[in-house]
Amino acid sequence: MPKKIVVGYDDSDSSKATLDFAIELAKSQSAAIVIAHVLEWSPYSFLTPNEIEERHKRRNEELHRAETAVLAPVVKGLEGSGVEVSTALKYGGIADTLCDIVKAEGAVQIVVGRTGSSGLSSRIFGSVAGTLAQISPVPVTIVP
Amino acid sequence: MKRTLNAAAMSVSAMAAATTPAMAQSIDEKVNQIFSSATGWFVTLIFSPFPGTTFPWIVAWLVIAAAVFSIYFALIQFRAFPHSIALVKGDYSDPDDAGEVSHFQALATALSGTVGLGNIAGVAVAVGIGGPGATFWMILAGLLGMATKFTECTLGVKYRNEYEDGTVSGGPMYYMTKGFSERGLPAGKFMAVLFSIFCILGSLGGGNMFQANQAHAQIANVVGDYPGWITGIIFAGIVFAVIIGGLKSIASVTEKVVPFMGVLYVLTALVILLMNANMIGWAFGQIFAGAFTGLGVAGGMVGALIQGFKRAAFSNEAGVGSAAIAHSAVRTKEPITEGFVSLLEPFIDTVVICTMTALVIIITGQLISDPATGMYLLDEGGTTIQTIDGNKGVALTSAAFSASFGWFKYVLAIAVVLFAFSTMISWSYYGLKAWTFLFGEGHTKEVVFKVIFCIFVVIGASANLGPVIDFSDAAIFAMAVVNIVALYFLMPIVKRELHSYQSRLKSGEIRKFH
Repeated sequence: MPKKIVVGYDDSDSSKATLDFAIELAKSQSAAIVIAHVLEWSPYSFLTPNEIEERHKRRNEELHRAETAVLAPVVKGLEGSGVEVSTALKYGGIADTLCDIVKAEGAVQIVVGRTGSSGLSSRIFGSVAGTLAQISPVPVTIVP
Repeated sequence: MKRTLNAAAMSVSAMAAATTPAMAQSIDEKVNQIFSSATGWFVTLIFSPFPGTTFPWIVAWLVIAAAVFSIYFALIQFRAFPHSIALVKGDYSDPDDAGEVSHFQALATALSGTVGLGNIAGVAVAVGIGGPGATFWMILAGLLGMATKFTECTLGVKYRNEYEDGTVSGGPMYYMTKGFSERGLPAGKFMAVLFSIFCILGSLGGGNMFQANQAHAQIANVVGDYPGWITGIIFAGIVFAVIIGGLKSIASVTEKVVPFMGVLYVLTALVILLMNANMIGWAFGQIFAGAFTGLGVAGGMVGALIQGFKRAAFSNEAGVGSAAIAHSAVRTKEPITEGFVSLLEPFIDTVVICTMTALVIIITGQLISDPATGMYLLDEGGTTIQTIDGNKGVALTSAAFSASFGWFKYVLAIAVVLFAFSTMISWSYYGLKAWTFLFGEGHTKEVVFKVIFCIFVVIGASANLGPVIDFSDAAIFAMAVVNIVALYFLMPIVKRELHSYQSRLKSGEIRKFH
């Protein structure tokens, strides 16, 4: 079984560049790629009664949209690249959930992009890449 | 529940009456007359005291039910307390279910429907009449009420309807129909219809008009008097945008601010208590002494007990059935877990928040007692305790908090308005569920109810419709009459669920994920 590399992917231009980098990396190490898409979700946010009632329906819609509009086109685009590709779709805090995916897949490395914000907002809210660098159980490659 | 007792309501009504133009007043008066002569008997029936006492039978009904459930489930509220906390923390949540409503979210949403004016103004009325001792009985009734919530919310989830598109409808009307037919009992459908009618009336009244009325009174208090219909139109516009326009942003802002306000309220109270730490022992002394002697309050020990029980029963809505509607929307594999989570609501609402209000009022010395005898002094009417500046209701709470922090009265005013708004959103949902139970699910039917709801916001804020408010309060407690009868018949089902869950918890079939 080939080694696995998890790539954080969110359909942004920077994450597409990240994926390209990860594909080259995988080719050179003859590793497989796990394209991980995390839908941001906190179990501690507040909802109205109506939102609670519709939550299950919305969740199914969100999963369906992510599967068909985000992950499926990417996987299709990588057919014939010679790299074995699989996907992971989860809800949660992005950095924590990426780590969970790494553990579940038994991956050896994680590759993520970065937003490039360095100012106030990342000081207050932190950044996914920064958090991952601190908490990831495997080496992290941050693609600029 | 976010309603004050009658005393506070009357003072608000008096204020509104003074500012209403003469023309409108005569229309109001006519409406009042016709309405009260038609519905007065119903209000009297629900709120009537036991003969020879001032103890309303509906309060006894709620407290006795709470005691029965506490005994029947062998003090489940204490035994399951740690497990309830673990559930809310997400210890037992399957990570693969992330993205579904969490137990924490269910709890927070249900709480935002009950925490509010009652915790702020209602407690002040209770302590103002029943003295510090009322706090003891309030806490006791709050602790007992936890068992009622546990029972009704478990049933609410167990017997809800799930639809193809993934949405759900639940609440007492569904456990009355399905639960009763499952046990081969008659009259389930009849009770469900009765409950739904009361629920719609309660949602338009106590859950809407009363809230709009109090919110306007609070705003007018801060910015000066102005016609209530202005508040009404603005509120109705916002409610319309949220429940019909589907404008999530306003609702989600409110739902974020309301818990923040609740936490700020409790933290401020804690700071005031810490600043007066040397008085805390004395305050509890007053609470215990007052609970069994009354310390001079009208009616003595019984007077304190009535006020405390009343406040707890009116504040946390245990037994009313509203929480069962709120919790049944949550997707969970085990109905009983929502019961466990919901038993925290009376604890947070009554045992924590209401007690904080009472302690701050007592500790800041708002209630005047005779230094020689230690007995509380009563005002001329002989019913309420004399307070500094003669404050009552929300003004008493405001004065108590402002004694330490002058700016707090503005925070309190904002909190009251936001609490009123979040209660309206919650009750619009409860009313809607009862409406769709009676008339069927469907977009047009739902919009009809929502438009009616918005119209009542304007009526509630602009008019001084005392009898209408009385009637809708009575309707909310009439919900409890029907609901608790159903709970007595269905409680063995909850027991079965409980035993099954506990044995699977023991065997490790239900396990922690974190």
